[in-house]
Amino acid sequence: MTGPTPSQTVGPYLSIGLTWAEGPYVVAGDAPGAVWLHGRIRDGAGEPIPDALVETWQADPRGRFHTPGFRGFGRCGTDDDGRWAIRTVKPGPVEGRAPHVAVSVFARGLLHRVVTRLYFADEAEANGGDEVLATVPPERRHTLLAGRDDEGYRFDIRLQGDDETVFFDL
Amino acid sequence: MTTPHPPLLSPGYRSTVLRAPRQQPILLPHSLGELTGPVLGEGPVVAGDADLSVDGSGEAQGQRIVVHGRVRDADGRPVADQLVEVWQANAAGRYLHKWDRHDAPLDPHFAGAGRTVTDAQGHYRFVTVKPGAYPWGNHANAWRPAHIHFSLFGRAFTQRLVTQMYFPDDPLFAYDPIYNSVPEFARDRLVSHFDLSATVESWALGFRFDIVLSGASATPMETS
Repeated sequence: MTGPTPSQTVGPYLSIGLTWAEGPYVVAGDAPGAVWLHGRIRDGAGEPIPDALVETWQADPRGRFHTPGFRGFGRCGTDDDGRWAIRTVKPGPVEGRAPHVAVSVFARGLLHRVVTRLYFADEAEANGGDEVLATVPPERRHTLLAGRDDEGYRFDIRLQGDDETVFFDL
Repeated sequence: MTTPHPPLLSPGYRSTVLRAPRQQPILLPHSLGELTGPVLGEGPVVAGDADLSVDGSGEAQGQRIVVHGRVRDADGRPVADQLVEVWQANAAGRYLHKWDRHDAPLDPHFAGAGRTVTDAQGHYRFVTVKPGAYPWGNHANAWRPAHIHFSLFGRAFTQRLVTQMYFPDDPLFAYDPIYNSVPEFARDRLVSHFDLSATVESWALGFRFDIVLSGASATPMETS
């Protein structure tokens, strides 16, 4: 048999096929404990990327995947200023490690998605014991931390350049 | 041992230059978050979503085609009951998008997006029209070969794939840096095959495009 099908870019018009109205809502907007995970995506020149898409995958508040009634998946295209936002609840610790959200980024100019992890800056103790964060050079760890703000947690993604976000190989 | 995927930095495709991360990615040990993944079945699919060639008030212009195939993983297992999403330009090579300034006509009956779900054996099927080639400004006289964008999930976060399906014998292959970003040994995996058995008499041509996702526990090093 042939091997895996190669990846290709989503191109500039990904919103035609990949966005849908409820995509950003992992939970209903008024769900108890709901917060916005949100941020901006920028390129190596610091310019916002208006044709990108963020997808998130996460555990429920008890740290479990595939629980009935909890989709766990969020999807949001960026706007003209490179901003995205996903309405969800904070995940619980997974397998005893720090709460985190898996993040895929797709964009024109990305021939394959890039993958990162959103950790919560207000979980300093759990983060300190997380085996994945421990593999990240200390001076780059802050790129994986979402800081609390009025809307929820802010997580900016920098594809390239100073403060380039840490991306992972799966 | 090599990956079939294109390198993120492929300077022939100009947009990669400021967007491809420059730091080496860090190897992520697989935990439940990577070995599970969203299972999107029929939820987002509305009746008629698998037929892009017609809308409520009329038929799209262009050559009607049936696109079908089978989705499997690298272990050969069918990927069943899973959402497949597609999007494409119309027959004249124009996307229904505010940024597409190509001087080709929009088609009032062609939105260019479709969704369906694989069956128990991993088969999917769309009806659409053959997309046109279009200019894209990447370099002098740059035209994209006709293509349909595909999006698939698999059973695990590791299997997520967005790709493009091309048509056989396209004269633009040799000039397209996106198609050629893929390592040579794997390029033909992106090209559909004319399929007489899928044609519908006096109505549509058939093309087959089989898709193979990574194994659920794939590593960045795939056997070619």
